[in-house]
Amino acid sequence: MEVVVASSIGVLTASGIYLILRLRAFPVILGLAMLSYAANALLFASGRLAINMPPVLSKYGEASYTDPLPQALVLTAIVISFGMTAVLVMVALASYLEAGNDEVNMDAPGTGAADEKAGS
Amino acid sequence: MFIEHGFLLVIAALPFVGALIPGLMIRAGRTACASFTALPTAFALLLLAMLAPDVMQGNVIRFEVEWLPQLGLSAAFFLDGLGLLFAGMILGVGLLITLYARFYLSSEDPMGQFYTYLLLFQGAMLGIVISDNILLLLIFWELTSLSSFLLIGYWKHLPEGRQGARMALAVTGAGGLAMIGGMLILGNIVGSYNLTDILVAGDLIRASDWYLPALILILLGAFTKSAQFPFHFWLPHAMAAPTPVSAYLHSATMVKAGVFLMARMWPALAGTDAWFYLVATTGLITMVLGALIALFKDDLKALLAFSTVSHLGLLTMLLGFGTKLAAVVAVFHIINHLTFKAALFMTAGIVDHETHTRDIKRLGGLRHLMPVTFLIGTVGALSMAGIPLFNGFLSKEMMLEEAAHTSWGNSPYAVGVLATLGALLSVAYSFRFIAHVFLGPVRDDYPAKPHDPPFGMWAAPGLLVLGVVIIGIMPAAVVGPLVAVAGGAVIGGGEMPYYSLKIWHGVTPALFMSVIAVAGGLVLLALHRPLDWLWNALPRPEAKIIFDALIARVAALSRGITETMHNGAISRYLAIFFVTTLIVGYAAWTGGGLTMETRPVLPVPPAVAIGWVLLIVAVITVTLTHRRRFLSLVILGVVGLMLSAGFVYLSAPDLALTQISVETVTIMLLLLALHFLPKETPVESGAALRIRDGVIAGASGLALAALSYAFMLRDVDTISDYHLANSYEGGGGTNVVNVILVDFRGYDTYGEIIVLGIAGLVIFALMETLLNGPVSRRLRETVYAPDRSRDRHPLMMVVATRVMMPIAFMVGIYIFLRGHNEPGGGFVAGLVISIALLMQYMASGFAWTQARQRFEYHGLIGFGVVIAGLTGAGAMLAGKPFLTSAYDYFHFPPIEEFELATAMAFDLGVFLVVFGAVMLMLYSLSRLARIAGETVNREPMDYDPTDTVEKRKEA
Repeated sequence: MEVVVASSIGVLTASGIYLILRLRAFPVILGLAMLSYAANALLFASGRLAINMPPVLSKYGEASYTDPLPQALVLTAIVISFGMTAVLVMVALASYLEAGNDEVNMDAPGTGAADEKAGS
Repeated sequence: MFIEHGFLLVIAALPFVGALIPGLMIRAGRTACASFTALPTAFALLLLAMLAPDVMQGNVIRFEVEWLPQLGLSAAFFLDGLGLLFAGMILGVGLLITLYARFYLSSEDPMGQFYTYLLLFQGAMLGIVISDNILLLLIFWELTSLSSFLLIGYWKHLPEGRQGARMALAVTGAGGLAMIGGMLILGNIVGSYNLTDILVAGDLIRASDWYLPALILILLGAFTKSAQFPFHFWLPHAMAAPTPVSAYLHSATMVKAGVFLMARMWPALAGTDAWFYLVATTGLITMVLGALIALFKDDLKALLAFSTVSHLGLLTMLLGFGTKLAAVVAVFHIINHLTFKAALFMTAGIVDHETHTRDIKRLGGLRHLMPVTFLIGTVGALSMAGIPLFNGFLSKEMMLEEAAHTSWGNSPYAVGVLATLGALLSVAYSFRFIAHVFLGPVRDDYPAKPHDPPFGMWAAPGLLVLGVVIIGIMPAAVVGPLVAVAGGAVIGGGEMPYYSLKIWHGVTPALFMSVIAVAGGLVLLALHRPLDWLWNALPRPEAKIIFDALIARVAALSRGITETMHNGAISRYLAIFFVTTLIVGYAAWTGGGLTMETRPVLPVPPAVAIGWVLLIVAVITVTLTHRRRFLSLVILGVVGLMLSAGFVYLSAPDLALTQISVETVTIMLLLLALHFLPKETPVESGAALRIRDGVIAGASGLALAALSYAFMLRDVDTISDYHLANSYEGGGGTNVVNVILVDFRGYDTYGEIIVLGIAGLVIFALMETLLNGPVSRRLRETVYAPDRSRDRHPLMMVVATRVMMPIAFMVGIYIFLRGHNEPGGGFVAGLVISIALLMQYMASGFAWTQARQRFEYHGLIGFGVVIAGLTGAGAMLAGKPFLTSAYDYFHFPPIEEFELATAMAFDLGVFLVVFGAVMLMLYSLSRLARIAGETVNREPMDYDPTDTVEKRKEA
């Protein structure tokens, strides 16, 4: 099971980082969403894996529970990362509507690349 | 003996408070401004005078206020002999400068600013000399650098003024940084940052391995401030300042700060070979070099500036000798140098003011035209030359005596010979000051007609040269006690060395050296013209050019680094960031400390394996097809779903609920945004770039997989046992995750809902700005693809969502209510209700839904935060910490017993904020669509099916 979780985290991270390094806003947003999944899963896994041990107290005798703290942290992280994605989407959208393209990189200072790409 | 006295704090604060006065009083006129500016200085001087008798008896006055005790930083002040001497100089000369500047500054100069800067500087200097805490001292030290920058650059319109100010700031600021390091090491060695502790720990400090680094760093600070070779070059360039500033900074204060520091630290640092060779040698070189350059300067102030460099070198050398007697002589010379040098600077200022030139080659013969100025200038210069009956003679004689008895390395004569050479050059430039400015024939080509200035302008230098003469004739009576107590403070107690302050010491080596110096100086003056020609003909390094080149080099280097790292391409910053993180992570991973695995590996059932394959395939597909944006977005949903399923399986029902509802709104949000963005991503990055990114991404993924795998197989101590044990008893809930959110860590949650609310409002504000700008016109011209669906609001969907809505609401409320004890809660409930409403927007259209909305989403966010906050504050009313929850069970006959907890009210706040923020975000986005030429629907569907039926009937 640990291999499954670890490999999922790895693949999510790799995909997220690859997409974040793209040059257009939309893949960057996708990458950020992917990286958020990875981060949340990593944080969750730091509570160690447990099956059939939800942290809901049982009224019927002794039972063991999984670590609830990472879950609480991840819960808010999921919601906050939604908020962050939303702000980012809006900024990307605004910059696209203002500038006419959704490139994430500024042109290097003094290279004159801005003149070539203008109008595209 | 220590005496506590609050006056010290008042003295330290007065100049800073007083710095506000000039700004207020400048409107009342220049004289009123100057008079009121003098008040805080005069008052501080008065308080100092009241403390003086105690200090003169050998007591130390202390006052301490705790400031940041964790850092060892306290506002601690102390006043001993050395502090008294310097504080008296700073305040006394400050008062004279205030008077002098009133007459010196012209009506175009903003006088209020000048006095404000002056008082700020005075306060900083005063702080240095009476601080008992070296961290506090460092703060004041930096303040002098900053405020002297303002003073030197006071004439902002002059490029020399600005350059001089920048150079002074760069040099003294860099030295100050070095000194911070040195002081911290010192504090670490001693274990205390209080000077009184450090000064008695000299043996401990000198024995420490860290002694040499600390010494070098502290000396760097002192040498740069006191313009010692090779940092002497900034001082002459600072002469672009108005003369009152030069007179204040370069006679009594700024440049003496370095000397003060060496004197202050003398008991702790002096007495080693390292100290002797570093300090005495630097001082000796500076003394001779400064005097040599001064001789060939034609600018009056430049001559005085290099003379100051030379005298500072003399003081440094004396302190560097490391003998008690030399230290006492240094103290004596500090007093003498102050009196004659401040007077000479002011004289130079008067000459400049009256003749409109400071060029010695254009002056001469002024003794007839400006007799009073001549008298003052001559007395000052004779004292500077070290002629008997003036105070400069006394200390120079004692200095030569000390130098004659000091051997450098194997040579017993080197110091004595060089010191005599310095004295000789000093005689030469001092005589030149008199001869070439005041003596000689009266000329008829002065730029302005010279005459003596008003009394107010020569009063201050006049008073100072009066001191020169009185000290020169009766040294023991006038300054003897002060030298004794200040000298005693420098050498840090113990027995005072034998010395006597008198004019005639008998026939000593020093007398011969003095005679040689005076005679040689006269010869040099006579030969000045050919020597001057030779000096100008010889090549020599120009410090300003070297400094400027160095600064340009450093600036180019940092610009190079910045432009390589920060070229405006965020993908480059991120790549650098990821690679750095990888390297650091690798170093940590291989650094050892990885313990044995302690947990067994859990089995993988087939269902999980299928889910895993789905997840991996989905992620890879998204990555590979990211250029086709719709497709990749839809597949992204699969990833979220698989993650939720994983949470369910791994005992995290709350997370699964949250993930699946967040997934829904995220995809909707991205779909809405994609509506306005290009549908395809063009191919821009080449193969090399893609391979680079692929390698970085692959390595990062591998690293995180390894990391998570490693920690998942090892047990850990967790604080969660506490949460599990107290969730029911303390928080009144059985869903521990929810209790953590609303109770144990309620403060975090409170902060997080505020952040979420802010995110919603930011989006709203951004959209408002966007729609009111030029973008809205462009949006109206949007042309849609012809293959869009003609049936925007399908009948099936409208009906289904209507039916669904009450059910969805009920589910939301149910999830909210059970949250405290079963999986659920405010976060999830907020998202579920949002989805229920969003479905109406999607099915029936924006306008139709909007018309039926009776409340503002902003309000919901506000209400939510307020309710959550009030719930928390309610606990405070009950005398408990913020957000402590209370609960009880109630039983009303028809229904079962149920629980009410204050945590539910808090959760209600969470619910409202989440609901409001999510709706506000999506609502803002959908407003774009309205602007972008979408037809507005008043009815739930674009065509009314009943309408068609009626038409058919008619037909």
